[in-house]
Amino acid sequence: MRGYLARKTVIYGLTFVVAVTLNWLIPRLMPGDPVQRMVARAAVQHPETIAAMTAYYEQTFGLDLPLWQQYLNYWAALFRGDLGTSVWLFPAPVAQVVLDAVPYTLGIMIPAILLSFVVGNSVGAMAARSRWLDNVALPVGYLVTAMPYMWLAILLAWGLGVALGWFPVAGGYDFGMVPQWSWAFAGDLLQHWVLPFLSLFLVSLGGWAIGMRNLIIYELESDYANYLSALGAPKRLVRQYAFRNAMLPQITGLALQLGTILGGALVTEIVFAYPGLGKLVLSAIQNQDFFLLQGTLLFVVIGVLLANFVIDIVYVLVDPRTRTGLTGGTS
Amino acid sequence: MSLSVTDLRVHYRTLRGDVKALDGVTFEVADGEIMGIAGESGCGKTTLGKALIRLDTRMKHAGGTVALDGEKLPIADDGAMRRHRYREVSLIPQYAMSAMNPTRKIGRMIRDLLAAHNVRYADVLPELERRLKLVGLDIDVLKRYPIELSGGMKQRVVLVLSTLLNPSLLIGDEVTSALDVSSQKAVARALVEFRDHGFVRSMIVITHDISVLFQVADTILVMYAGHLAEKAPARTIIDEPLHPYTKMLIGALPKVGDRYEEQQLEGIEGRPPSLLDPPAGCRFRARCPLAHDRCAEAPPFREVAEGHQVACWAVS
Repeated sequence: MRGYLARKTVIYGLTFVVAVTLNWLIPRLMPGDPVQRMVARAAVQHPETIAAMTAYYEQTFGLDLPLWQQYLNYWAALFRGDLGTSVWLFPAPVAQVVLDAVPYTLGIMIPAILLSFVVGNSVGAMAARSRWLDNVALPVGYLVTAMPYMWLAILLAWGLGVALGWFPVAGGYDFGMVPQWSWAFAGDLLQHWVLPFLSLFLVSLGGWAIGMRNLIIYELESDYANYLSALGAPKRLVRQYAFRNAMLPQITGLALQLGTILGGALVTEIVFAYPGLGKLVLSAIQNQDFFLLQGTLLFVVIGVLLANFVIDIVYVLVDPRTRTGLTGGTS
Repeated sequence: MSLSVTDLRVHYRTLRGDVKALDGVTFEVADGEIMGIAGESGCGKTTLGKALIRLDTRMKHAGGTVALDGEKLPIADDGAMRRHRYREVSLIPQYAMSAMNPTRKIGRMIRDLLAAHNVRYADVLPELERRLKLVGLDIDVLKRYPIELSGGMKQRVVLVLSTLLNPSLLIGDEVTSALDVSSQKAVARALVEFRDHGFVRSMIVITHDISVLFQVADTILVMYAGHLAEKAPARTIIDEPLHPYTKMLIGALPKVGDRYEEQQLEGIEGRPPSLLDPPAGCRFRARCPLAHDRCAEAPPFREVAEGHQVACWAVS
């Protein structure tokens, strides 16, 4: 177990280094010059002023140094928790901008992932033994899963937001409100949260339900299930075993899905103008804000890596077959 | 009498119609008897074994009765049959290698199964440990997962587990088929020992391997295409078979000491009939060297000597 953890830690560490490097490199390979853009925003005509401003900004952002030094400085700053200064929201530090957005993204993602996983697996397990539910759940599941995130998001925004008027369709809270600790604000926050959450939740739900249904049917046909039934075990026990074993591939599926779900969350946020990381990524790209883009993607990378790491460990705990260092039988 | 099967018919439902895998079989297994069932693939031996404990979803009970210790078994009623399983009729499946849940420790699985039968694990544990030792297993297999055991060990765990509640009848389906010869011998010996210790009253051992039956079984029942061909003490089946099919089956086995350089090991010409729409009369007719007009009528399965029954017109 210790060897396994050490190996996983090294692998995740390496992945982190590569991800951070790419994360630093890609914005620098994008066309366009952010400094030019900032200078242009100041709308000055005088060439000397422009030169001075350019020099000032380049020094501020450390862009006057050779690339390798920029790279090393980036790592050094990273360990100090300094992600640089935003170009778009100058002079706000990137770390602050990102940290403000993270709760919104986590707030829709974590409930959407967990609830869709739990509800989807339960519905799937039930569908495996109820013909009626199977006939309803399966087609609906396929339909919902096949929908792209933004398409479902748009449908929901139109149906529940515009047509029925139940929920607001944009923003994290009402534009007329100031974030504060009050019931009115919390309620408003919740109202704005429903649609983005729902669109993520629904898209993931169908996949889990279909997967679970098929796995349960497979497990119920397996040898150990037949043997238990032949020895008079009640259906409840057999299903309990089947459910537990069917969960294992689903957990792997969850690990694989995390990245995709995150991508979906980003798109969903853009549709609902929800002030999370997704919207930040879009704004950063539109404004050629290297540092903000880097910072946001860094959080995304860390999030995906952490989640995968946790799932790797959970998997070892629930499936004895993956445990290393098992002592084989001898007689 | 322990087990008494009367005119049992079990069919498989298929899209092309019912496959009559078991078409009217009548036999008895006495207390303490180990009866072997032999026959080629598709003759209905596994179907017979399954019919006595749990019909699968494609199988249909088409007639006949099964009585164990004088009580009729509700073989067509899955729910009612559950009460009889394990305590009265138990099974060692064909797939003993994969019969245990891979993600549960063996002891935990046994505990769960016993709890489902309202038996306390702690009450049975000393006996369980005793029997594990009897088949040469260490008691800490209970703390292991099935993947940590070798094939032979799993087979023995399944043997102990299946017989833990001292069933009246144990059905062993191809118990030794997936094992190497030394494990085969150990399992065969364990089966006989379990009967001798009274852990199981009587036993039905299903296999295509007649040499294993010769080691284990008191009597051998030979089946052909859903019908019974011959039942007799094991020694009689090997030395003086009467039914032409049994003769050819035994004749197809190699014998120690014979040299097969000059002589050819003989097989049986032809193939068994389709059970979707089997021919009337004796089913072995088409392949039988002794076939004559009378064989168009099904021969009765009757006793020709003490404990020796044959279904053939040519023998009487």
